[in-house]
Amino acid sequence: MSIYLNKDSKIIVQGMTGGMGSKHTTLMVESGSNIVGGVNARKAGTSVELGGKELPVFGSVSEAMERTGADVSVVFVPPAFTKDACIEAIDAGIGLLVVITEGVPVQDTAEVFAYLQSPANVGGTKMIGPNCPGIITPGESLAGITPHTIAGKGPIGLVSKSGTLTYQMMYELRDYGFTTAIGIGGDPVIGTTHIDALEAFENDPDTLAIVMIGEIGGDAEERAAAYIASNVTKPVVGYVAGFTAPEGKTMGHAGAIVSGSSGTAQAKKEALEAVGVKVGKTPSETAQLMREVLQNL
Amino acid sequence: MEYQAKELFAKHGVAVTLGKTVETPEAARAAAEEIGGVVVVKAQVKAGGRGKAGGVKVVKTPDEAEAAARSILDLEIKGLPVNRVLVVPGASIEEEYYFSYLLDRANRSYLCIASVEGGVEIEEVAKTNPDAVKKISIDPIAGVDAAKAAAIADEACFPAPLRDQAIEMMQRLWDVFTKEDATLVEVNPLARLTGDKLEALDGKVSLDENADFRHADHEAFVIRDEEDPLEAKAKDKNLNYVKLDGQVGIIGNGAGLVMSTLDVVAYAGERHGGVKPANFLDIGGGANAQVMADGLDIILNDPDVRSVFVNVFGGITACDEVANGIVGALEILGDEASKPLVVRLDGNNVEEGRRILAEANHPLVTVVDTMDGAAEKAAEFAGAAQ
Repeated sequence: MSIYLNKDSKIIVQGMTGGMGSKHTTLMVESGSNIVGGVNARKAGTSVELGGKELPVFGSVSEAMERTGADVSVVFVPPAFTKDACIEAIDAGIGLLVVITEGVPVQDTAEVFAYLQSPANVGGTKMIGPNCPGIITPGESLAGITPHTIAGKGPIGLVSKSGTLTYQMMYELRDYGFTTAIGIGGDPVIGTTHIDALEAFENDPDTLAIVMIGEIGGDAEERAAAYIASNVTKPVVGYVAGFTAPEGKTMGHAGAIVSGSSGTAQAKKEALEAVGVKVGKTPSETAQLMREVLQNL
Repeated sequence: MEYQAKELFAKHGVAVTLGKTVETPEAARAAAEEIGGVVVVKAQVKAGGRGKAGGVKVVKTPDEAEAAARSILDLEIKGLPVNRVLVVPGASIEEEYYFSYLLDRANRSYLCIASVEGGVEIEEVAKTNPDAVKKISIDPIAGVDAAKAAAIADEACFPAPLRDQAIEMMQRLWDVFTKEDATLVEVNPLARLTGDKLEALDGKVSLDENADFRHADHEAFVIRDEEDPLEAKAKDKNLNYVKLDGQVGIIGNGAGLVMSTLDVVAYAGERHGGVKPANFLDIGGGANAQVMADGLDIILNDPDVRSVFVNVFGGITACDEVANGIVGALEILGDEASKPLVVRLDGNNVEEGRRILAEANHPLVTVVDTMDGAAEKAAEFAGAAQ
């Protein structure tokens, strides 16, 4: 089992013919993902060969879904067009929308999120991202840019705001492996949260323990801690990045900023520890905590 | 800054008095003469609490305006030098209110905060009388139309003689928020002047840099002489760099990994004379030789830096490419590369990457296999150079 994505997932790519899109579609095909086509209105009716697979290009998401039965879309379109691409996919009723694009204006994402919450979301679309590495269920499917060679299948569920820390943690724990690793993105407004992923991992019988990676900014980790206290029975190990970040400076991710006394790594760590989550000081210490948890199960 | 916020207010029809922004006491005198009568001289810095720091002075004559500007331009407010003052006509304020729109991260939506009590003391009011501070959520799709503005005005209990002006101003401020891609639009104080006139006396606007592509004019709001020179240089090269006050230069890929690297170096530094990370620098996924050289160039130009820690996880970018990038960067920099470099590579093609670095055998480069070990080494080098 896994969450959100499995071997039966049929994936289309919005922005497949662009630079990032074609590069990562190739890698997704090579990883074994079932990529069934792409969307580009200007190139509708053509096809491209990526990763040794002939992929049809459709004029719209709804056409692509009708013709292929796709239920997942990965978005690589540039920031200026991301909002429209998301609205189109939601209107078409896609099941899972994975938005990789970095640099989307936050008001665009806020509008997309409001649209997801509205009656217009007829298909019950779930969005991951934007500004994220996507989601991987090792050995089954990859919808995003996470290297599929880092780690294999195993008992750990991983949720993280950061792409490279996802990779780092998967690498550290490659001796155990993962049910699903999901990068939710570092923007101030995102579709899937730590809490959503924790809930899904709690309900996934194959996930035995969860590693949760957070960073400075906002209060998502504090709210996740409150959720864990009342809803999560599986062991959770945490890591928070940004203890040395100064106040008022954005650290790479648009959402990674300490404002006044709020959003600090220390506050997040304390909130997690207060509900019994073991929090590592470094990624390798966090991995070691996870190993101890798994050995004691 | 205040004068920039006011420019944006004026652009969208918000009632505001622009005044004159000047950089010298003499120019402040001239501005006071031109405006005539009582004027207010206000420090222009990106910090709150300007009044309490002595950065706001009400004066009656051009002489006094010049003297006030001279003393204010000598101030440092919360560590920031005051390079500009705003000279505005004195206003006869009857009451002060607070009003803002902001991004509400927790609810992934927008929030309006309004209070007819407090004004500049809003934070105090929020503590002592929280019911007076109204928080009203705003649907990002529906926005603020006349009906929504009227609902806000009534909930916040704006006085009847000001209600229509408040409704109008809320819609204009909503234009500032949405049309300028702001994450915060704040009016504080929003003032009731003599004659029941509502005016934005002071304000603050935070803009979303991700939206700069549709706001070519926002570039003009960046005040280059107040940026850190290394940060400005990094921005020119499209590098994500933040100057910090430590001694270990940091280069990594991915915002989360770089933040984590800073932390690990700070922990290691505790054992080596208290050295700390000197910067945040994320070179992103494609760590080729030129990007690596640009990054190293900026870090080596920081006089505080005593050692450099390059921490890269080869995800999409393979470690052999990163290793070639480091070797190439050191060739490009030549003699300018003068400080010890600790390199930790992991992930995709790591064996080949480490082999390339071993073969290059550069005298400044030390390769360490783990992130914790490499941080320790980089801190040790920086500590020893103290």
